[in-house]
Amino acid sequence: MQQSNDRKPVVSSAKISRRNLLAGAAAASIVLVQTASGKAFQAALTASELGSEDPTKVPGVPPGTLGTRSPFEKPTKTPSDTSSRTPLQDLHGMITPSDLHYERHHGGVPAIDPAKYELVIHGMVEKPMVFTLADLKRFPSVSRIAFLECSGNYRGSSDGKIRPQEICGLTSQSEWTGVALSTLFREVGVSPKATWFLAEGGDAAVMTRSVPAHKGWDDAIIAYAQNGEAIRPEQGYPVRLFLPGWEGNANVKWLRRIELADAPFMTREETSKYTEAVGGGKIRQFSFTMDARSIITYPAYPAKVEKGWIEIRGIAWSGRGKVTRVEVSTDAGKTWQHAALQQPVLDKAITTFRYLWNWDGTPTEIMSRTVDETGYVQPFLKQLLAARGGNMGYHFNPVTAWYLQRDGLVLFRGT
Amino acid sequence: MSWLKARSMQESTIKFISSALVVVAVSLTATGLKISRQHPRMLSADTLSQPAQFGFGRPATAAEIAILDIDVRPDGKGLPGGEGNVADGKAIFQQKCASCHGITGTEGPNDRLVVGDTTKGGARRIKAIGNYWPYATTVFDYIRRAMPFNQPGSLTDEEVYSLTAYLLNANGLLAENARLNAKTLPQIKMPARDRFVPDDRKDGPEIR
Ligand code: HEC
Repeated sequence: MQQSNDRKPVVSSAKISRRNLLAGAAAASIVLVQTASGKAFQAALTASELGSEDPTKVPGVPPGTLGTRSPFEKPTKTPSDTSSRTPLQDLHGMITPSDLHYERHHGGVPAIDPAKYELVIHGMVEKPMVFTLADLKRFPSVSRIAFLECSGNYRGSSDGKIRPQEICGLTSQSEWTGVALSTLFREVGVSPKATWFLAEGGDAAVMTRSVPAHKGWDDAIIAYAQNGEAIRPEQGYPVRLFLPGWEGNANVKWLRRIELADAPFMTREETSKYTEAVGGGKIRQFSFTMDARSIITYPAYPAKVEKGWIEIRGIAWSGRGKVTRVEVSTDAGKTWQHAALQQPVLDKAITTFRYLWNWDGTPTEIMSRTVDETGYVQPFLKQLLAARGGNMGYHFNPVTAWYLQRDGLVLFRGT
Repeated sequence: MSWLKARSMQESTIKFISSALVVVAVSLTATGLKISRQHPRMLSADTLSQPAQFGFGRPATAAEIAILDIDVRPDGKGLPGGEGNVADGKAIFQQKCASCHGITGTEGPNDRLVVGDTTKGGARRIKAIGNYWPYATTVFDYIRRAMPFNQPGSLTDEEVYSLTAYLLNANGLLAENARLNAKTLPQIKMPARDRFVPDDRKDGPEIR
């Protein structure tokens, strides 16, 4: 992570040796203040250098213009050509730090000047309108914490050496703030006959998806903020569509245009991609809702554990509403116990859970499954395959198991 | 289902994924908003106190909408004038597309565009224009907006018509001497059309 460039150190921190700095307390504090770049300085130290000092014997770094992550903490996303995954196993709590939010895009991250940004809404409306970013911010705002998940979010492994990040790291959660799409629908006078809208991005893929108009009236957000600040470029800066509980791809980023219509547009992303074979030669289309899912993020590969007390921790979410229950099994699915749910448990949001367990050191399989408020129970992989004619594909949310070896190594197991 | 078997299916899915990787009537009355009973969620206090309109933003002109409105619908609405043919399309494809999609649209390294030989191993899982795309209009729309990947938006409408003609011909869906235009393109019936079914998952315990 790049440090803030706005601070111009009087002395390049790279040239200051730690020993020189500590030669005299007075000199040290002057240099620290003069660099005015304390955080950059701290980050430049190696972890071992920092650890060898007694922090009660040297003045700490002064306040800065941007916060930093401790140099001891190095959570990273895992990028491929088309996506980058959230390190679920390194996180605590329900909010994904914005710089660790997963990415999936189809033409790279565009650079959009917010001063030139415009959203056009047209089609089956009384008044086609153009809104600038400033216009959008003048409307009444809405905010909610909800998960976002790519519907292609499942991987397994035959040797078990796979982290939650690889299994389902295309799930993240933020607080999203913006204007309710229903507010804009009223502003432009959407025709009661409009049943769909096209959402189009201003990226190199000019990404398009058709979305049922009822979602726009219901809870869709034209979001310009994420976790209290402007949306990150990777998440759609300056404006994205946010559809609580619905597959990531339909939440079009870098949103430039909305066109109301009376039928879906049949774009490439809702025909060739983001559709799934469900048996009998049939292909399911417009499967927007994300089914309920959970995963144990600790203990999980690559963690190694010892026998004794272990707090099993994980996350659970459902695109249909609230998580009502998470069950944990420590005997390969023979018996199940209720995990404790951390409040708040929100609609269409990641809920964290925990279950305290005393491991006797015998190799076993642990796993979690969640139940949502509609009564949906997260299925095993074999149940999903049976329901879809043996096909895998998008919207694959199986129970994930972890095998605890005698030596304490934790390995992925399919179900 | 053994895990190994599931694993191999899963790998192909991953390849597939990574290779790409109730209208609610809201009636406005003189007194303000009357919100349909169908939508209890909208009955929050602040929504009711909102004016019918805020007057923010500005009207969009027909000209500026026309520049952005490039989508093509299954019935052909949105298709531009001009036309293309298979021979021209083949030549443009070799020049601008083959490096990523292969000489015949089957070799990759990026998405397979032509179904090709389905007798070889793994053919069951081939998903290409000829056996998976439900509408021919989508081919035009997608190429025009997103391809070539490294120079999106650089093709003329005629080039896009010709490339679409070539890809449809290579998939066995268009005659060698056909001319493709706003009239003929939407008439092509795609083999996969009837395979597509709308999402039938419902809220509740059923696994689908
Ligand atoms: C630099 C590499 C590159 C070039 C050149 C290129 N493409 Fe692509 N093409 C891609 C990639 C990568 C994708 C997948 C993009 C995605 O999934 O978001 C793709 C996807 C496609 C698809 C959709 C495939 C599917 O099954 O969904 C079509 C059709 C297509 N390209 C046509 C073309 C045509 C026609 C040209 C030439 C004008 C072209 N491409 C040139 C890289 C390229």
